Amino acid sequence: MNSTDTAKLLHAFSALADLGEQVADTRDFGQMVRSTLHVVLGSLGVRRGAVAEHDAATSTLQFVASWGLGDQPPAPIPLGKEDVEALVAGGGRGGGGTDAPPARALASAEHFGARVTRALAALGAEIVTPLVVHGEFVGLILLGGKATDEPFSPEEREVVRTMARHIGVGIYNHRLLRELDKSATENRKLYDDLRDIYRSTVRAFAAAIDSKDKYTQGHSERVGRYSEIIAREMGWDEGRVEAVAVGGYLHDVGKLVVERDIINAPYKIDAKQSSELNRHPAAGYDILIPIQHPDADIPLMAKYHHERLDGRGYPDGLTRDEIPLSARLVNVADSFDAMTTERTYKRRKGLPEVVDDFRRNTGKQFEPAPVRALFRAILRELDGEAGERHFIRLLGKEYFDRADSRELIAGLLHDLETDDLATAGAA
Amino acid sequence: MAESSAELRVRSERVGLVAVVYAGDYLNKLSGERIERECRRSLAEGCRGLVVDFRQTGMVNSIGVSILLGVIDAAGRAAAPLVFAGANTQAAQVFEMLGLTRHVRLADGVESALKMLASDSDHAASYAADRLG
Repeated sequence: MNSTDTAKLLHAFSALADLGEQVADTRDFGQMVRSTLHVVLGSLGVRRGAVAEHDAATSTLQFVASWGLGDQPPAPIPLGKEDVEALVAGGGRGGGGTDAPPARALASAEHFGARVTRALAALGAEIVTPLVVHGEFVGLILLGGKATDEPFSPEEREVVRTMARHIGVGIYNHRLLRELDKSATENRKLYDDLRDIYRSTVRAFAAAIDSKDKYTQGHSERVGRYSEIIAREMGWDEGRVEAVAVGGYLHDVGKLVVERDIINAPYKIDAKQSSELNRHPAAGYDILIPIQHPDADIPLMAKYHHERLDGRGYPDGLTRDEIPLSARLVNVADSFDAMTTERTYKRRKGLPEVVDDFRRNTGKQFEPAPVRALFRAILRELDGEAGERHFIRLLGKEYFDRADSRELIAGLLHDLETDDLATAGAA
Repeated sequence: MAESSAELRVRSERVGLVAVVYAGDYLNKLSGERIERECRRSLAEGCRGLVVDFRQTGMVNSIGVSILLGVIDAAGRAAAPLVFAGANTQAAQVFEMLGLTRHVRLADGVESALKMLASDSDHAASYAADRLG
């Protein structure tokens, strides 16, 4: 080997290192292929060339990169099934394994049909190397003549073959990434569809629960909405917001097993009836626990939405942190709706009474953070800062008609922000 | 988007009807493409000869070679003579080994490249002689 041959080999080796770097760049497929084509052309001093990807869906060769073949990429070349099969088989016979098809002169490209051969010849191809990876024909690289006008030596063909193997793997990997991305998109859509079905089912359940109690129609739906608003106001992530909304929708599911007469009693129920009614949180838990929910806390929200921070709630008399935060949140939403809707045995409270109730019971019955979030959300809506008017729509515009509505809520928020109230409530 | 430092190191100037494109310190894809754009733009604007100055260029990689082959093609199509000036020994060897010197001439520097083009008989690049005095 003379010094020129040695220098050429060293240049090719250096190019091979460049090629590895370019193939590894997965940010931009077109850019990656263009760079690798440059490396091949520049390593051997080839004036023109192109890399085409096999598009199995259309059975065509789509040119991803070209150089020296005009400003526009060459037109796609249609491939027959026999062309692809022959290319794959030919690649396997090349002595380099299925990953390493031999470079072959176009003049003796026995594996191409006449039509493909004519198309490649029209591009000035002197070497055409199929890119076959794991038995799959992923594309080809074609090279035109060298700047020296000399024929390609066997060593140079070997260099092309080695580089083609890298480029083939690069294209193959990119395909895998594309397919993974496509699968991920499909899976995401499937997941979204399932979530829609789940949400619809939950709302249907909520409607079923509420239909049992003619005086609290829409209660579960509203508690779901309030829980969602509060959680979002508290800055929870969307997954938790959705979970607590579901918990709100289903918190009274246990009422399905309580006698209708007790639920609908138009008077204050007695101790026995009250005991029966108070079974509904635990019954709700029993109904929900066998179901695989997106969030494991949902059955607990049903079970503990009547617990109080001071331990005087039911069914288990839990205190403070013993109660899941999501259940404490649903408790606030549930109580707010109970106060602001007409019941058979209780009239609807006006805003001053509601504010007063929360002022007195926050820290005893209610967790402060959800209470603050609830009233912050209402205040933002009254100030016109909220995107949607949930409270006005659910409670009616007249509910907030008082001139001092804003001051009442701001005053409560101010009081809740001070430690005194929270501490006093906890005592 | 701001240009990268590699691109900024590539600049060009007009000397009569000749465009002199100054390559940066490392001829890779980024700077190579900038050189190619400058050459194509100059040819489109009517330049009749091109000089690419490699005096600052320490290294020419395979991508750079490929892009220079594109410049050679573009110049050839425009019938514009092309001279590579100031290439160091390594770059000159690469140009020689890969056959680029069959299509371009090498000159020690820009001044001698312009003289080469000026001496081309019947070629409009001789307008460059105005600058050479």
